[in-house]
Amino acid sequence: MGRYIIRRLVQAIPVLLGATLLIYAIVFALPGDPVAALAGEKRLDPHIVDVLREQYHLNDPFLVQYWHYLTGLFRGDFGDTFAGVPVTDIMAGKFQVTINLAATALVMEAVIGAGLGLYAALRHGKAQDSMILGATLVLISVPTLVTGFMLQLLLGVKLKQAGIDLFPVAGVAEGLRSYLLPGFVLAGASIAYLTRLTRTSLMETLRADYIRTAVAKGLPRRRVVGRHALRNALIPLITFLGADLGTLMGGAVITEAIFNLPGIGQQLFTSVYLREQPVVVGIVTVLVLVYILANMVVDLLYAVLDPRIRYE
Amino acid sequence: MKKTSTPVLPARGVAGNEPLLAVDNLHVEFATRQGAVKAVNGVSYALNPGETLAVLGESGSGKSVTAQAIMGILDMPPARIPRGEIRFKGTDLLRLPEDARSQIRGQRIAMIFQDALSALNPVFTVGSQIGEMFQVHRGTSRRDAHKKAIELMDRVRIPGARQRVNDYPHQFSGGMRQRIMIAMAIALDPEVLIADEPTTALDVTVQAQIMELLAELRRESDMGLILITHDLGVVADVADKIAVMYGGRIVENALVHDIYRAPAHPYAKGLLDSIPRVDQKGQELYAIKGMPPNLLDMPSGCSFHPRCPYRQDICVTEAPPLYEIGPTRNSACHYWREVLDGSHG
Repeated sequence: MGRYIIRRLVQAIPVLLGATLLIYAIVFALPGDPVAALAGEKRLDPHIVDVLREQYHLNDPFLVQYWHYLTGLFRGDFGDTFAGVPVTDIMAGKFQVTINLAATALVMEAVIGAGLGLYAALRHGKAQDSMILGATLVLISVPTLVTGFMLQLLLGVKLKQAGIDLFPVAGVAEGLRSYLLPGFVLAGASIAYLTRLTRTSLMETLRADYIRTAVAKGLPRRRVVGRHALRNALIPLITFLGADLGTLMGGAVITEAIFNLPGIGQQLFTSVYLREQPVVVGIVTVLVLVYILANMVVDLLYAVLDPRIRYE
Repeated sequence: MKKTSTPVLPARGVAGNEPLLAVDNLHVEFATRQGAVKAVNGVSYALNPGETLAVLGESGSGKSVTAQAIMGILDMPPARIPRGEIRFKGTDLLRLPEDARSQIRGQRIAMIFQDALSALNPVFTVGSQIGEMFQVHRGTSRRDAHKKAIELMDRVRIPGARQRVNDYPHQFSGGMRQRIMIAMAIALDPEVLIADEPTTALDVTVQAQIMELLAELRRESDMGLILITHDLGVVADVADKIAVMYGGRIVENALVHDIYRAPAHPYAKGLLDSIPRVDQKGQELYAIKGMPPNLLDMPSGCSFHPRCPYRQDICVTEAPPLYEIGPTRNSACHYWREVLDGSHG
């Protein structure tokens, strides 16, 4: 198992290099001049421009610039912004917000999605099942932009006007409570997909031969479902949740904007706009790392859940 | 109308003059889009302690469905039991409430299935799957259940039981897996064991070992064994009596040596004739012509008539009753005498 983990980590290195190179090249290829963007409408003193260009290696060819960046990265230095702030400082605070948001969303997704899916599977063909399927269809079809503003209005504003102050309208001032509403909005479609996946997976497992055996052993229904079926039905859900963690962290731009959360989604948007290469590449590098690690954890969880899978 | 009281569970031990298990005029239907599929149409058979009954028939003959009805593991719906009784020591199981029924299932009537790899849960150790019987039904502690599991694995002769009790089903060979199924089924000393094609998925040599094991366990414990199979060769050595099923009906009921000497139903005769024999090496193998009947659209009269070499006009119009042709023998053929004579000749 230890060897397997080391091998996976070694395999991650070229992925990480490739991803950074790609992002670096894309930002490099963007039209416009970062130093000019820094100054906005004003015209800068040509001398200052020269100093800045020299300091940030902007006059070097692309590959040399990338090399400077990469060697910094291996020393744990993500570089500075053009305003002179270390990128790590910017990322730390932003990632904290995004991690809180993604974690809230992931927990909601797992609990609500798996719970509803389980319930629908056990009631399949009945009214409750159809209602859940209908609800998931709505959740999948309506874009985040709509659910976000709607829930903000209904649960954030109207509820507060009615005297029930449960969900903050925006911002992160109120700790975990601030993340409940945006967490749900972000998780929305994923909850729906996971509900459907759980329902299908459990219904399929319940048709398996070993479930018939468990029934023939005279086991109570809750043990047949809760132990014999659930453990097998969980396996595909783990894959989905693992892959979704990356999406939840990287794809929160709209949700963060609606609820005014200072996370990496907003930061990424601003930095692309300002051509702040080090910030953009830094954030993406960390996201790629999260993605790789999440997938590795998924694969390791497989082996825990299914003894037929062994890694050597 | 007479007031019906809830039947009580029969006690273990001798049960007077009722058979251990009696299936009586059982009907099972499945609701499908195309209409009700009549999988079992009035099947009756009886089993006494220490006896082995072989239920023989091709796929779709209703032999497994009957067994699942006895176990109470049919999915209802789509399955439905419109008529019939399944008496366990005189108590009709079909009239028992579910909680009483679950006291019998697995504990007093147990079942093993065809493909032990898919019938065992892949994510739990074999020891925990065997021990579960004691933990759930007897309230045994986890540690004692573990010990019991090792004892049972010894009893079904799995080599190195102590070392292998924590292995998973996929780590065993096919024969060993079937032994684990058997260990699980006999864990609580059931009075009836139903084996649904227990050797179909196995090599011939392993088949013989498993049959030997089942026969031995039956001798030791005096339990009744229902052996469901489509393979006549498997049956000859271990069974006491045979029920041959076709199209959801029993077409012949007989002691095993009677039917081997001379079958009294054309279908049973066809089955026997299709066993390859060493003294007929080189000749073409016999096969029953035609296809098994479509349960949605059963042939009129005798359901075997489209494939029957003895067919007369009456067979197309009139379904034969189960004729009593001897003290322990029935045949559902209008021309059983001719079949019997033909078999002798």
